[in-house]
Amino acid sequence: MSDEMKKKPYVVPIGPIHPALKEPVQFLFEMEGEVVKKADFAPGQTHRGIEWMGMRRNPVQIVHLTDRICGICGVTHSLSFARAVEQIVDIEVPARADYIRVIIAELERIQSHLLWAGVAAHELGFDTLFYLAWRVREDSLDVIENITGNRINYGLVQIGGVRRDITPEQHPVIHKCLDGYRDLLGKMLNLFLHDTTISIRCKDTGKLSFEEALHLCTVGPTARASGVVKDVRVDYPYAAYGDLDITPILPSAYGGEINGDVYDRIVVRLLEIEQSIGIIETCLKEMPEGGIIWEPKLPKLLAACKKAHGEAIGRHEAPRGECTHYVAMDGNEAPAMWKVKASSYSNLHSWIPMLEGEQLADVPIIVASIDPCLSCTDRVAVVRGNSSDLLTKEDLHRLSVEKTRRIQGC
Amino acid sequence: MALPMIREIFTQLFRTPATNQFPARHLPKSVTEFLKKVGSGEARMIPPVATPPAFRGKIQYDRDGCIGCKLCLKVCPAHAIEFIPETKRVRIYVASCIFCGQCNDICPKHVLTMSDEFLLATEDRFAENQIVE
Repeated sequence: MSDEMKKKPYVVPIGPIHPALKEPVQFLFEMEGEVVKKADFAPGQTHRGIEWMGMRRNPVQIVHLTDRICGICGVTHSLSFARAVEQIVDIEVPARADYIRVIIAELERIQSHLLWAGVAAHELGFDTLFYLAWRVREDSLDVIENITGNRINYGLVQIGGVRRDITPEQHPVIHKCLDGYRDLLGKMLNLFLHDTTISIRCKDTGKLSFEEALHLCTVGPTARASGVVKDVRVDYPYAAYGDLDITPILPSAYGGEINGDVYDRIVVRLLEIEQSIGIIETCLKEMPEGGIIWEPKLPKLLAACKKAHGEAIGRHEAPRGECTHYVAMDGNEAPAMWKVKASSYSNLHSWIPMLEGEQLADVPIIVASIDPCLSCTDRVAVVRGNSSDLLTKEDLHRLSVEKTRRIQGC
Repeated sequence: MALPMIREIFTQLFRTPATNQFPARHLPKSVTEFLKKVGSGEARMIPPVATPPAFRGKIQYDRDGCIGCKLCLKVCPAHAIEFIPETKRVRIYVASCIFCGQCNDICPKHVLTMSDEFLLATEDRFAENQIVE
């Protein structure tokens, strides 16, 4: 082998479909020995055209279509979309519906974080812990099923409120599940944070500094693990979050310093489960009486949506971070524009500083540590004729400039 | 070396598995054969986990009460409902249905309801049990 070839880094592609990744995304690593020198990734492998479908349907239809954007965040997208439409149509959501929305959103956070904890343990090769995390996750799914009727695609949120009330008979079921989690949490913290294997693999792995987290606009637990105090529930309270006393959870809450590594992301997520339990208990106690929907008659709701003009952004703190839906309506049945920005979209870019300088064996856990959800994220695959290509920011900018010139006629 | 999981693993040895072993304790060689045997009473099927109250399963349609107002078509997110002009009744394709139950909410005559039937997997999306009319 010549010296020239020895010096050249070799490229390891991982994905789009790879057993180490739980979602389809392609990585390209320039390696030097075992160390990742340069990392790059290509999302856009699971585009499904759900916005295209939405723009041919009325808001009452879309609200249940949004459930299908993500398999885990069943309420995130429908809540963000409903909040956007409610702002356009000028709907006031009843207070009780706001509380029910918060309860279901926090139950979703519990199940999503437990799912992530299981996946993280699996990526470390610690499958017994993965089985335990997923077994205890079932309790929250059972409660969600009891409240909404389905395990995953809840179909609970409707524009102007929620479709199902939480009856007094359901309170003991929810409390029983929450008490179970409260007892279990000490055990989970012990199993995850005091295990030597997990500490060795996760501490100082996949570091994201405070500055990088801030500059890359990361959101949710990924940002908070790096010490960025950022939480939509606190910064821009919506639904019933304004009535609640919550503070964003930083890894320092468990003692110790903020490193922004994988270990800190485990700490933040596990402590957020505890926070969610508290929020649900407060909501159940303080839930006001009254209606649960602005307009129970769907034809009237459809008529109100059809008349509306305007644009709005609905946002929600999903388990993975801030999720926004932009909706514009122009007096037609279908919205003129609907754009989804899932939380993982903001977090994906933090992979590059995290992965560079790490070993190849640490790639799966670092990739999983931001809890990526790519089928939510993929939005810009373009298929024209027989060729398909991805539009980059530069391409979109160029297209935008061309269109402006075309309109101006020069 | 701290290994807190060890205790948990040993206690699990003496617990029953959390998984419901549906439809049989061991995977039968042929599921169709197994179901035939269940039908003739030769084998026993372990029942699935019970559905929760107000579960949204396969849709049910009371054809005689329907007035053909077409409101359910307007709110179906999956376009799973088809209107038959000759009979002024609807046909529901269960394979397309996403089980949101919105047609139940809007129906003025309450002829559409959700049952708790959920074992609907099939290879033919136009099979008899996949179309409700």
